[in-house]
This record gives sequence, structure tokens and C-alpha cells, in this order.
Amino acid sequence: MLVRMVRRFVREEIVPLELDLDPDTDELAEEDSIRLKAIVQSMGLFGLGIPEEYGGPDIDMVTQTLISMEISQHRAGLYAPCYGVFGGAGLAQLFESSDAQKESYLYPTLRGEKRGFFGLTEPSGGSDPARAIQTRAVRDGDDWVINGSKIFISGADRADFGLVFARTSPDKGRGGVTCFIVDTDTPGFYVRRIVHTLRSAHYATELQFEDMRVPHANVLGGVNKGFAIANDRLSRQRIPYSAGCIGVAIKAHEMAVEYSKIRETFGAPLSSRQSIQWMLVDNEIDIQQARWATLEAADLADKGLPFRKQAAMAKLVSTEGASRVVDRSMQIHGGYGVTKDFPFERWYREMRIRRIGEGPSEVQRHIIARDILGSSLR
Amino acid sequence: MGVRLKKPWLALAPELVASLPGQLGVFQLANEHREVVYIGFAGARSLFGLKGELGHRLGKWPFFRVEVNMAYRTRYRELLMAHFSDHGCYPTENTAEETAGLGRLSLTALTKIAVKTKVGS
Repeated sequence: MLVRMVRRFVREEIVPLELDLDPDTDELAEEDSIRLKAIVQSMGLFGLGIPEEYGGPDIDMVTQTLISMEISQHRAGLYAPCYGVFGGAGLAQLFESSDAQKESYLYPTLRGEKRGFFGLTEPSGGSDPARAIQTRAVRDGDDWVINGSKIFISGADRADFGLVFARTSPDKGRGGVTCFIVDTDTPGFYVRRIVHTLRSAHYATELQFEDMRVPHANVLGGVNKGFAIANDRLSRQRIPYSAGCIGVAIKAHEMAVEYSKIRETFGAPLSSRQSIQWMLVDNEIDIQQARWATLEAADLADKGLPFRKQAAMAKLVSTEGASRVVDRSMQIHGGYGVTKDFPFERWYREMRIRRIGEGPSEVQRHIIARDILGSSLR
Repeated sequence: MGVRLKKPWLALAPELVASLPGQLGVFQLANEHREVVYIGFAGARSLFGLKGELGHRLGKWPFFRVEVNMAYRTRYRELLMAHFSDHGCYPTENTAEETAGLGRLSLTALTKIAVKTKVGS
């Protein structure tokens, strides 16, 4: 019932709005955003991913996953599901922060008064953050002095603060990384440039830190415990990340099925051609595989059981499968499929990023292989 | 592609606008002192792309320049943010609605650091 309600909301409130929006936008007009947030609040679903004790809805991970598959079923849905009107947890690591940090950063963020960014990836690499991090933090009295840079960071230019991961013990590998909460008005914090990507609705940024002083009180989770914070986020995030891909794939497939029934070639509808039927069959199989894998990972997470391998499988299967679904659906639509009149071209570009973001396919395979073999491969 | 648009200014005249491509992209308008007064974009909903957008603005300002760019939204924001970084304000003809929620770039501050480092070394 909850899922049907969300499906109806997306189809009756979000999709019609997109007819007049720029096809590359990821933002709504303020009055529409306020109106739609009120509807979501009346449904009791505002703040998806926020724990109940902090004001989020009382729903389990499986239900959240099913909802995530619904709210992404529109043009901007992959990276801006329902244009953000369902709210969200944002920087979930802050739920583990100290009371003082919660007052300064978590509660203002939940109230919508502050925005944060997640600063992990560096020019030296993103797939192996524990070893790639070269940004250094050196203790100086009650402060830490941070020097270095970050890349592919979303929202840093508009944020009030961010979580910045820096190396505090050079010889300890993944055990030598600390997470700092950094205010963006701190002297020495610079947004060096915008990084343009395939995702033309949104840009990433490159950051530079020059002798940036951060108080010791802003260490999140303890010195040299930053990698555990980052890693936990990466595993958990893979489930809704997968669900978003599945939602887009479902919508693309649905459009392809409908179009194949009405579009005629050589005197017969496309749907009568075996080559088209097989494309639709393959779409269906890709979607089902991804759905099962993702819901299994969500179910394990709900039960408090290990889900790292299943989350990796879900991420791998859903991003690669959804990419194929969007590609086939675009092919079935022919010339219309590549125009900006239809959502396929945006999904096609954005879906390509999904096979790299939040850990590329090769890293997911590495995680799965390590689990199968029972020990580290390195 | 540099952060700032540095192409030469062209006269905003009907014959030049008519020769523009109908593609997506960004554009700048300037006053008689060749100071940027407006930054805009021709998006996928713009009829005839850059040609259409500038055709609507004929006679309003003397100069213009364009950049064909499929990533018109992010490029548009980048140009506005770069303008703010350089001048401490947005172009006079861009509305508050157009500039609401934009981020900030540290282009000028970083240039000063680079110069200082060079002099120091």
C-alpha cells in the first residue's frame, strides 16, 4: 500500500511537472518543492533514511528500498529522486557524532539550515581510499593543520561544512586516516574548480586545503578511525544506490514495452518482431536479477546480519543491468531515444557514472571475491 | 576549455545572430565597455538554441559571445560563479532568482596563493 501510494505520487505529481522543466535540471521551483514536501510529510515519509529517533519515518530497509525504486521513476530520478522532496539522511556519519557535534552540525542539517559534503576521494584515487589518501593532518596544540586536495566532491561549493578525511598516521595504512568536520568558511579552505562530467545537471568540485586549522573537537569518531566511518557509509549506501538504478530501469523498460506495441515498421508493430521481444525479455531478466539481489541485501541489513557481499552484488548487478536496460530501451525508441524530448539520453549518460560511483564494478567484484575466498586477496 | 569565457566580443546585430548555430550552449552579453552584464544559456527547451536566445535580445546590449556546450546548465553556473569570484558580485542583469543557491569558487584567492608561492620560491 505504501509503495502504491508513492508510485501514484510520482506519476501524478512529479512526472507532469517535468513536461515543462529543462530536461537537464535537478531542481524544482521553490513553490513546487514546498508544496510537494508538504504532501510527502502528510504521507509520513519525509526524511527517508533518517533514524526514527531523529524524526525519520519508522520504516525498515526493505520498505525503504522498495520506495527508492519508485521515487527514481522519472527523468531526473537517478540522481535527484523526486527532486529531493522526500528529504533524506545526507551525511549519515553524523548520527555517530558527539553531542556537541550533533548540536552544531547534525540537528541544523536535519532542520534544513545547514548543508554538508562528503570529502573522501582524492586526485590520487578513489577506489582504494585507505591507501590513496594523501591529504595530511598534523596536530598542533588544540588544532589540526590540514594540507591537501579532494576531487569529485559534490556540493562543497554550496555547503556550510563537510566531512574531510585526512591521513594522521602516515605509516598505519587504513588505520591512519581520521575524519574531520570542517566549516567551509575556515581560512585555507578553497573550492579550486568545478569538475564537469557526463552528469550535466550537476557538477562536482575539486577542493584545496592550505594550512587549514581545524579544532581537535571537530574530529569525528576518534583519531585514526576515519576509514571505519567511510567504509560503513560506502557499504550501506550501495543498497539505495542500487534501488535508484532499478527504478530507472523499470521506467525505461515500461516505456519500451508500450512503444513497441504502438510503433509499426513494415506493416507490423515492433512488438511482433522477435529481435525486439528478446530485448524486452533481457530487460525483464536484468531488472528481476537486480531487484532480488538488492532486496536480499536490504533484508540482511534489516536483520542485523553481514550484508557487505550482498550489497556489493546488488550494486554490481543493478548498475550493469540497468545500463543494459536503458541502452536497449533507447534502441527500441530509435531516433527519438537519443533526443532530449525523451528521458533516455539523460538516463544513458547518468547510468554510465553509476558503474563507477560508490565503488566501480571491479571493486565490487573484488569485495565478492574476497568474501568467497575467505581472506584478503592482497 | 578555460573557466572564464575569453572569446572575442561580437556585435549583437541581426546578421551575426542569424549566422549562429541553433545548438545548446551558454552566452554572455556586454555593455559598450565590454563588461559582462548578463550570463545566460540556451537549453533544450530554447527554440533554435543560441540563435533563438540571442535573437530575443537584439538591441538590448551592444556585444555578445557564445560557447556551444551540451552541459549548458553546469557551464552556466560555473560562469556565474567565476564572475562572482572575480568581481564580488553577479552580472547586473542576472536576477536574484537566477543566482539563488549558487556556490562559490576560490579562483581569485588561489591565484594570489600561487603568485605568493612563486615569489617566495
